[in-house]
Amino acid sequence: MASRIFGSAIKRREDPRLITGQARYTDDFVLPNMAFMAVVRSPYAHAKIKSIDTKKAAAMPGVIGVFTGKQMKDAGFGPIPCAWVVPGSDTKTPPYPPIAIDTVRYVGNAVAIVIATDRYQASDAVDAVEVDYQPLGVTVDAFKATQKGAPQLHGDVANNVCFHWHVTGGDVEAAFKSADVVVKDKIINQRLIPNAMEPRASLATYSSGAGELTIWTTTQNPHIARFLLSLDTGIPEHKIRVIAPEVGGGFGSKIPHYPEEAMVVFASKMLGRPVKWTENRSENYRATIHGRDHIQEVELAAKKDGTIVGLRAKVWANLGAYLSTASTGIPTILHGLMLSGAYKIPNIHEDVYGVFTNTTPVDAYRGAGRPEATFIVERLVDLLARKLKMDPAELRRKNFIPPFTEGYTVATGITYDTGNYVAAFDKALAMADYKGLRKQQSDMRAKGQYLGIGFCTYAEICGLGPSQVAGAVGFGGGLWESAIVRFHPSGKVNVFVGISPHGQGEETTFAQIVSSELGVPVDDVEIMHGDTDQTPMGWGSYGSRSTPVGSGALMGAITKIKDKSKLVTAHLLEASPDDIEYADGKFFVRGSPDKFKTIQDVALMANVAWNMPKGVEPGLEASAFFDPPNFVYPFGAHIAVVQVDAETGEVTLKRYIAVDDCGRVINPMIVEGQIHGGIAQGVGQALWEGAVYDDDGQLLSGSMMDYAIPKAAYFPKFELAMTETPTTVNPLGVKGIGETGTIASTPAVYNAVADALAPLGVERINMPLTPERVWRAIRDQRRA
Amino acid sequence: MKHAVSLTVNGAKRNAEVEPRLLLVHFLRENLGLTGTNVGCDTSQCGACTVIIDGQAVKSCTVLTVQADGSKVTTIEGLATNGKLHPIQQAFWDKHGLQCGFCTPGMILTALDLLGRNPNPSEADVRHGIDGNLCRCTGYQNIVASVQEAAGRMKG
Repeated sequence: MASRIFGSAIKRREDPRLITGQARYTDDFVLPNMAFMAVVRSPYAHAKIKSIDTKKAAAMPGVIGVFTGKQMKDAGFGPIPCAWVVPGSDTKTPPYPPIAIDTVRYVGNAVAIVIATDRYQASDAVDAVEVDYQPLGVTVDAFKATQKGAPQLHGDVANNVCFHWHVTGGDVEAAFKSADVVVKDKIINQRLIPNAMEPRASLATYSSGAGELTIWTTTQNPHIARFLLSLDTGIPEHKIRVIAPEVGGGFGSKIPHYPEEAMVVFASKMLGRPVKWTENRSENYRATIHGRDHIQEVELAAKKDGTIVGLRAKVWANLGAYLSTASTGIPTILHGLMLSGAYKIPNIHEDVYGVFTNTTPVDAYRGAGRPEATFIVERLVDLLARKLKMDPAELRRKNFIPPFTEGYTVATGITYDTGNYVAAFDKALAMADYKGLRKQQSDMRAKGQYLGIGFCTYAEICGLGPSQVAGAVGFGGGLWESAIVRFHPSGKVNVFVGISPHGQGEETTFAQIVSSELGVPVDDVEIMHGDTDQTPMGWGSYGSRSTPVGSGALMGAITKIKDKSKLVTAHLLEASPDDIEYADGKFFVRGSPDKFKTIQDVALMANVAWNMPKGVEPGLEASAFFDPPNFVYPFGAHIAVVQVDAETGEVTLKRYIAVDDCGRVINPMIVEGQIHGGIAQGVGQALWEGAVYDDDGQLLSGSMMDYAIPKAAYFPKFELAMTETPTTVNPLGVKGIGETGTIASTPAVYNAVADALAPLGVERINMPLTPERVWRAIRDQRRA
Repeated sequence: MKHAVSLTVNGAKRNAEVEPRLLLVHFLRENLGLTGTNVGCDTSQCGACTVIIDGQAVKSCTVLTVQADGSKVTTIEGLATNGKLHPIQQAFWDKHGLQCGFCTPGMILTALDLLGRNPNPSEADVRHGIDGNLCRCTGYQNIVASVQEAAGRMKG
């Protein structure tokens, strides 16, 4: 393998089009005769729709159509499918009509659509649609919604409980009985708004003559979008082309198949012209999925010496008003199974209640379930350390799963692939100068200044995943990937992949793999993705799976290319295929390295096919599928250093040290970029971000003015390092790195703030740790 | 009801009749087809739509086209000259200052304004100087590095 390409920080080939304004996002596309759709949305969180009068709107200038949910249903469009129903959990799946028909269940719920020839006119006409609502009782809190007397969202879902799911390993009752010490906490893992910088958009054009639909849409997974669109639009899958052009970030919020995608298809079908819809940001805050939103009662049991013996948790997971595409899998499979974190915890039990409320649907947001698990275990470990008066670093070290290379099965039943947690932690402690930091902390405390040091030593599950497991846990799709490698006569290469990157840089990293494995210059390789008519089936980019799973498919195709090239070379050199070896782009006769054909020689011969071996087909192209035998489990150790101003409650992040292990690194520059962005989002949850509903279900944090997206000045320069523990579950030994920063940084920063406030006796504060909350907690403690 | 406007956009004179309420960003994107300028919010927070108007970085979602009548506008499409990237564009590429790229045109033009006012910014200067531009991908670290790299190149 040409190591200078694999593992090197080459610049991204995506960038030239992005830095010059030539990249094309969905809203940039214009088709002849295109019209614009705008959506009439409910201002009530829960109400009966008594009547909808569209006459005034229909008469407005430029308006060419106004449609209701009933009209959409009558045209044969079905409910939005839920694609994940966890078995053994008694999940209820009430219908999710793309446009509400008789009841609205959250602020932002669509009630009608308006199509006009101009964006502004469509927006004007929205205000002219008259809807008569009869308000109903509202419930927004996942725990309160399950209590007696709470307003009911769906007729057939008693107490708003969509499901009860549990995971059990060992004997948690016995563990807690035998324990010397138990620590407890109540954690509000607050609701977040993903805020990909590009709002969602969809542009559909339906040809009634051909019966074909083409839709440009902001999706992380065009093949899933096609599959689900075929279910709710009734257009057969082979007549649908989904194009994910440039996509401006997703973070999970562009995984789901959304009502608006079905709406533009419906509108295009009804009006016989292309229809585009582009979300504005305020609309995005109400109509695009939110993340997290758990209420957690958690406890940890241990021996006097700090040995952890059991963990128990009860969680109310807010699902919002309807089940979005993957919503039930996030607080169950991707959450509960990871409660052991990086530690030996022999007994674990968790109950999860998935609850409907009058809020925007909740689905995957960066980390998706793992941040909510990691926070539990990392917070409890710190509370235990405080109770036992142990150093939290020592307590972690005592309970780490020891280094393993052949798999390690935790109490929740999953088997981690490879890990060396203590090595990452030691590296981070050294980078931070932990001893020095503690000394600095005690010196500052003596002066009434509050420095805090917080850890998160995490392991996470990603690289989703084996398809057999996907089926067993109720995911309505596979989780394999595919790739086609096609050599042209000139030796240039196109690679077609099922994944759909949207900022992660696989156009570059996958070209690095091809270049390293086949010896072609990296600039001779082009990676094609995001168009279901052009690319082979794949399940998309989320769950940090594109590289660990997608590269497995790519390696399969590369192996086939090599095998065929050996046959062609042997024929051309009149040697036995068994005697042909490959190195650095050359196929040569064993022992005679001067007798060789380059991959370009082979590509030309295979493409012109003038002189091919008997029985060998022309062309140099290979297709492969890869279904991994297991998930991958990246891990690492993050250390946050904060200073808290006890007079104002302001938290300043002074240093942030991150040591991560994603196995072998293809491009360190890109890996670091993923970690930077992940850390920023996770710190955002700890300190600033939070979606807030009032009791009437109004989203108070409904715009970028009210929701605190972190800015550049909020952060120090992050200090990064890697360890490298390859996985055994894919050919390149790579693990996903897209979500680790977000998973690790929220508990690291929270623990640091808690550490800073320890001398003041402050026990807990709900996130986000805004100056007001911190100040109030300090004041309350001082009063008490 | 339409108003005649005349702007110089990326060096070319553009005359048009526009509705008084038409936002400059929509004029650029939809009337002129300059889709490099992106719209990321509706409250002037995100800065994705930043362009240069008469030498100053301005959020073009907050400007009516009629207000920009007579002005000189530079968008991301007008920054490279004769196919050669501007040093700020080059620095963003070299330093991995972007991921999904949606905020990037606005970031680059804000950086242009910043470096015009402060050719030698410290890390803190850059972090504060891009306060009006949000990025959700990069954690800003490599954006800051890109702007500092560009500062060095533009001096030399």
